[in-house]
Amino acid sequence: MKKSYLGIDIGSISTKAVVVDEKFDILAKEYIMTDGDPVGAVKSLLSMLKKQFDQKNYEIVSVGTTGSARKLIGVMTDASVVKNEITAHAIGTTFLYPDARTIFEIGGQDSKIILINNGIVVDYAMNTLCAAGTGAFLSSQAHRLRVGVKDFGKIALQSKNPTRIAARCTVFAESDLVHKAQMGHKKEDIIAGLCNSVVSNYLNNVGKGKIIAPPIVFQGGVSKNEGVVKAFEEATGYPVIVDPNSHLIGALGVAILAKKSRNEKPFTFDIADIEFTTGGIDCGKCPNNCEIICIYKDHELIDAWGNKCENGAIKKARTRPA
Amino acid sequence: MGKYKVSFPHLGSYFVPLEILFTEGLDVEYIMPPTITKRTLELGSRYSPDYVCAPFKYTLGNFIETIEAGANTLVQTGGGCRLDYYGELQGQIIKDLDYNVRFVNLVKTKSSLLITLYNGFKEINPDMSLKKIAKILPVALKMVEYMDTFEDYIRKNAGFEKHPGALKEIHHEFLNELRTVRTKKELNNTYQRYMKRVKGVEVEKPKNPLKVGIIGEYYTIMEPFSNHYIERELAQMGIVVDRWMNVSNSIIHNSKNKMKEHIKNYAEYNMGATSMATINKALEFAKKNYDGIIHVKSSGCTPEIDTMPVLQNISADYKIPVLYFSFDSQTSDIGIQTRLEAFYDMIMMRKEAKN
Repeated sequence: MKKSYLGIDIGSISTKAVVVDEKFDILAKEYIMTDGDPVGAVKSLLSMLKKQFDQKNYEIVSVGTTGSARKLIGVMTDASVVKNEITAHAIGTTFLYPDARTIFEIGGQDSKIILINNGIVVDYAMNTLCAAGTGAFLSSQAHRLRVGVKDFGKIALQSKNPTRIAARCTVFAESDLVHKAQMGHKKEDIIAGLCNSVVSNYLNNVGKGKIIAPPIVFQGGVSKNEGVVKAFEEATGYPVIVDPNSHLIGALGVAILAKKSRNEKPFTFDIADIEFTTGGIDCGKCPNNCEIICIYKDHELIDAWGNKCENGAIKKARTRPA
Repeated sequence: MGKYKVSFPHLGSYFVPLEILFTEGLDVEYIMPPTITKRTLELGSRYSPDYVCAPFKYTLGNFIETIEAGANTLVQTGGGCRLDYYGELQGQIIKDLDYNVRFVNLVKTKSSLLITLYNGFKEINPDMSLKKIAKILPVALKMVEYMDTFEDYIRKNAGFEKHPGALKEIHHEFLNELRTVRTKKELNNTYQRYMKRVKGVEVEKPKNPLKVGIIGEYYTIMEPFSNHYIERELAQMGIVVDRWMNVSNSIIHNSKNKMKEHIKNYAEYNMGATSMATINKALEFAKKNYDGIIHVKSSGCTPEIDTMPVLQNISADYKIPVLYFSFDSQTSDIGIQTRLEAFYDMIMMRKEAKN
């Protein structure tokens, strides 16, 4: 039986997973929508991975989770490593591209820039307060223009004269887009303009003050959009590398960290059949009224968090009220 | 006593010297402001202009809570920024909400001009005695200094306690005992006793621990709820936390000229409020080879936004990472956690690569 490692990246919009062997070659991979239900998404994901995975020759010996639901899914899968997505992306990228200097990452609701020197993260930034110029914005605009997200990039490449669209804020960008469409701008020009606006938004906000050096690696869901890739190349003046698995780098990174942790625990795909439920409780013990989240496995409380002080700590196993 | 029930919004632990100043010096009843919670922020946000900086919302919410707790006289101060307008606007909002209270706006007072301070005090209680205030003011000021030194020690050691929580517990007892202090002698005794106790707490600090300096806007850096308890989070990661900004350093001992000289290659003009101190300390932390700097501010804080390009220059020159946080009325911790964890991973890996 050979050892293998499972990395799961549970983002706000999509959930990704890879299983890698000891050399970090990918044995199985999957990508699905989170649909606001991280537990459900991970269950479906595990069922799908199980079918791809060679269970006769390999066993999963440790699990890593990353992404905004990393903690919840970490509890559910009894993960050895629960890591933030910035570190996970950096680890995954530097494994695939040891010389990389700059990582652009645009996901569903966040975007980040990571600067690397000699394989070490030396600086990073992540969007604050606002989700302008991220995947969620592009997909809602694609929907408005009745264009599939997957075709978006290809259509953008057809444009010879991209429309100028305000980059500062999603709300302004959207009203700009509507006005320009009503004025008679071509659809491909508007789409190319949107790609440009995502890039200038990114460089003006997340990338502000950062020295961008090549090689540049671009990842996250939006890296699949050829229009945005082209806009990045034009804006920076450097080629931009997009890995075929650019949407899976976070999952790969955390799988690598799972192996490095040397913390091996038995894992079974059967957790896809176990019932996991979550419930919120308002603490009520002081005016802060912390929202405490309780995680139940087959009705038994396995973990809880969200309390700011000891008064709100939930220690005893309690059964979820029916 | 009893006629005036006075209160001032919470800022860290400074309610202790304020209580003594008000009760002993101004002969008024002091209403302890309720601890800052989510409710404070909800109340404040409900009645504040949406785009105002977060400290306005916190202090307005806290004013309303102190009125509920029985206060009939509210005191607000000024600073070198929008803080100067807080009193004017908050007084009006509270009046519009039909609360029947006095609002004393100390924006006209300058700590360097004692007469303006006296006039401000006179407004809080017209029958105050100059003798009483002259007696207690030095005690209150010294208390601020002692508290700040005490808290500075805690910040640098809390991450390495053998029994987590021990320092916090002593700090709590220290504050409680300070509330009973009335003379310099009592103050010195209490301070020395507690400093000895706090230094006796077992800490296991590695030889070369991670060190992070915190800089930024006055309120957000000092009121822990408003920065999501960032110092506690850093301590729990095993980091030495260094913060210069406190009332002693910024008001009692501030030396603007020294700062100006120190930062002249980075900033020629004062950009108001805490901007000079922010740049000054960032430069010092960088020169001292700290592992990282965290800059905190409320969203839209103009003087601190102005410091950011300067901080980027310092960051590039000294190769020191700076993490920027803007806080408003969001209460979810997950985004902050993610950024802090990544910051920790980064400075840890940088340090390992250096060694």
